[in-house]
Amino acid sequence: MNAEALLLSLRLAATVSVLLLVLSLPLAYGLAFSTWRGKFLVESVVALPLVLPPTVLGFYALVAMGPRGPLGKIWQSFFGHPLAFTFAGLVLASMLYTLPFAVQPLVASFESLDRRLLDASAVLGADRARTFLRIILPLAWPGVLTALVLSFAHTLGEFGVVLMVGGNLPGITRTVSIDIYDRVQALDYAAAHQTALVLLVVSFVVLSIVYGVNRRVWSPWPAK
Amino acid sequence: MLHVQIRKQLRSNDAQPFVLDVAASFAPGFTVLFGPSGAGKSKLLDSIAGLQRPDSGNIRLGEKLLFDAAENLSLPPQRRELAYVFQSLALFPHLSVEQNIRYGLATLADSEQTERTRSIATAFRIQNLLSRRPAELSGGEKQRVALARALVTRPRVLLLDEPLTGLDAALRRSILEDLRAWNEANRIPILYVTHNREEVDAIGERVVTLVNGRVQETGAPRAVLDAPRSIELAHAAGFENVLPAVVVEHRPADGVMRVSLDHAACEIEIPLGEAAPGSEVRVAIRAGDILVATEPPHFLSARNILPGTIETLETRGTMVALRVKAGTAFLVHVTPGAVRALDLSPGLLVWLVIKTHSCHVVR
Repeated sequence: MNAEALLLSLRLAATVSVLLLVLSLPLAYGLAFSTWRGKFLVESVVALPLVLPPTVLGFYALVAMGPRGPLGKIWQSFFGHPLAFTFAGLVLASMLYTLPFAVQPLVASFESLDRRLLDASAVLGADRARTFLRIILPLAWPGVLTALVLSFAHTLGEFGVVLMVGGNLPGITRTVSIDIYDRVQALDYAAAHQTALVLLVVSFVVLSIVYGVNRRVWSPWPAK
Repeated sequence: MLHVQIRKQLRSNDAQPFVLDVAASFAPGFTVLFGPSGAGKSKLLDSIAGLQRPDSGNIRLGEKLLFDAAENLSLPPQRRELAYVFQSLALFPHLSVEQNIRYGLATLADSEQTERTRSIATAFRIQNLLSRRPAELSGGEKQRVALARALVTRPRVLLLDEPLTGLDAALRRSILEDLRAWNEANRIPILYVTHNREEVDAIGERVVTLVNGRVQETGAPRAVLDAPRSIELAHAAGFENVLPAVVVEHRPADGVMRVSLDHAACEIEIPLGEAAPGSEVRVAIRAGDILVATEPPHFLSARNILPGTIETLETRGTMVALRVKAGTAFLVHVTPGAVRALDLSPGLLVWLVIKTHSCHVVR
């Protein structure tokens, strides 16, 4: 098994899920509670990665991040080196690709909250920030955990986008799924099998956590 | 004093749009908001609390403007200095009773928070429950916590949306007593939504009736609810019999008028009113205000004695609902004891006795 690739994948998945959560919380809040009529357009954009082939997404990400792309230019002027085929580029592209997996569980859990709790909080004098931190977030925690875990798992398993944007640089952009692909190409089935098995087990554990939490098997609050 | 004068068009599924159009003033003390469900009672409270924005009008609390459409002013709920207990209570499920109560005191010093929490918990007899979570409370305890959480903030108006639904009568009375005691010490306007007649009588300072988004009547509970002037209100106030009628003749000397019920199915006497002979009205009679006799009664002051047949008999908790065909169909409530004593059963010939003043004309 390629430990370097596995570590890289874990690092990528952890970075992406944490950054994505920070980005998704306000986005999901807006999608769940705003009454803006054009909201459906934002919803469509967020859901786009679910239906686009990863290669399409990866292709556009690559173009944008390239030395002549808008994102690549800005990055180059700030950091002095190109964005494509770097770990940072991989993180950006993965965030884009994984966005719906973070936003949708959050929106669902925000929307399932009893609105009267938010009304009660407002009447009791709490501003939006306090309501969010003291009421929404603690009550929507299964959604937050689901968003984190799904982002992590989805990033861990991605292939197409990584290949397009990151290429195959050992230690920088060669993730486990790329590594498995390489081993199979080299007819090294035993090594491919080892790594694949690790991914399979990790994915199963992760999904068990998600479903268990949402069934409230491990809920810290007593049943209503 | 709370002054409300608002209008709000609400979306509805029916072809007819629902319009909330209310002008009313609420003095310190209890005012019961009474009306059939869907009359706009909760919408009115939401508008006062700032959770809904009316299309036009204004809301004023003493000298303080809470809302004024003309000036495009609408204070957010946080700054309206009022408390609101929802029908669902909306206790925060992940916070303890104490944390729930302290939630509205965040701007105060810690010692002040503790002191106020202790004193309100004592007033509402929940001092032993402070460390519990809402899920660990009984229905009555939850209601007490919700009231304490609302009142600990020392609001200038209290909005209560059916806060005591689902409690048994004894528990309701006990909580109402505590609330009344609190109100003796802190005179603020309390708007109390209910469609429970018992609660109206127990609280009973003033009643404002709301039908189809509009204030219909204002006054003492007995005056307003014992002689409802609209069909919707008659149903909400517990008048089970609302019958179409035509005025036959006025008898000013007797203080009555004769009406024929349900297309001349039978005639009864009702208190003399404004309706002219020949005009169509509706007569509301409480099912519990009708007596049943198994022999023709004599020597009674009641003017209306109608022979009929029991059609069905249905036990509902502590009372039995009879459907009696006496020209038209009447719903009559009697006790299970009366059913046994008189041996009432379907098919039996009976006489219905209805006092003139138990009959009310409604629009």
